[in-house]
Amino acid sequence: MTRFTVEVLVTPRPGLLDPQGKAIHHALSSLGYDAVEDVRVGKAIYLEVAAATPEDARERAEEMCRKLLANPVTEDFRITAAEGDGAGR
Amino acid sequence: MKVAIITFPGSNCDQDCHRSVELACGSPRYVWHRETSLGGADAVIVPGGFAHGDYLRPGAIARFSPVMDAVTRFGRDGGLIVGICNGFQVLCEAGLLPGALLRNRSLRFQSHHCRMRVERTGTPFTSTFREGQVLGMPLSHADGNYYANPETLADLEAEGRVLFRYCDARGNATAEANPNGSLHNIAGIVNARGNVLGMMPHPDRAIEAVLGSVDGLPLFESLVGAIARKEVA
Repeated sequence: MTRFTVEVLVTPRPGLLDPQGKAIHHALSSLGYDAVEDVRVGKAIYLEVAAATPEDARERAEEMCRKLLANPVTEDFRITAAEGDGAGR
Repeated sequence: MKVAIITFPGSNCDQDCHRSVELACGSPRYVWHRETSLGGADAVIVPGGFAHGDYLRPGAIARFSPVMDAVTRFGRDGGLIVGICNGFQVLCEAGLLPGALLRNRSLRFQSHHCRMRVERTGTPFTSTFREGQVLGMPLSHADGNYYANPETLADLEAEGRVLFRYCDARGNATAEANPNGSLHNIAGIVNARGNVLGMMPHPDRAIEAVLGSVDGLPLFESLVGAIARKEVA
């Protein structure tokens, strides 16, 4: 078994109102960052998982997303698995 | 007429619901979230609060509490369930009700009185109201912005499953009267079978004159009455 750091990105589905993204977009605009056309806010979840292969770690994380980590009605998720500790932190 | 009130770590309206059921002449009892049985309850209330701290998403962790298997079975068998505020969020996460409750459009925690219109009577939850009646009661939440995909929303409307809608004093469901951005001003819905209700406003905080409103009490009387009729029948 190898230890993998799995990064799960949970984001609001396209088209869904994202008031946090709107507020941040507004703040960026008022700072003069006019090039920003849209802002969406999600969350990143890091899992330390023991698995045989990165695919295996990924698959298990996918199951976790479907069950708990993401709400299928409102959220999408993306998963990346890297060998070792603390990737992406 | 036993009514189980589910208590999660972080529930804070369980006592309000207990008192509501008492005043409606039912027999309330608390059921801790670690229990695996509802103890022969005739109805279930999932109260408001912050179950499991609302971590991840409101209701996301609560839906996996041991008691939720029993609640889900009870609901699938046609048992009457009411989810109020956080309870509504839990029931959506558990798949007993469609859709989801997103962050309020304002991004603020809303805590104030609201008005809502009774869209349908003759249900186990609204038999004591008049159609079109405007009720006043408190609401108190950060995530009450009801969302469902267009197909689900169309079904809810076509099947008359929106029981309560935010409105102004004259009963108009205006954008100004919508406290959180909910689609179609939705304040409360039932499942397809009509035995599971979820609502964001707090009828349990509107049961005695001293609280500023008694508009919520008839909901509990309707529920207890529905149980009583079933027992007799």
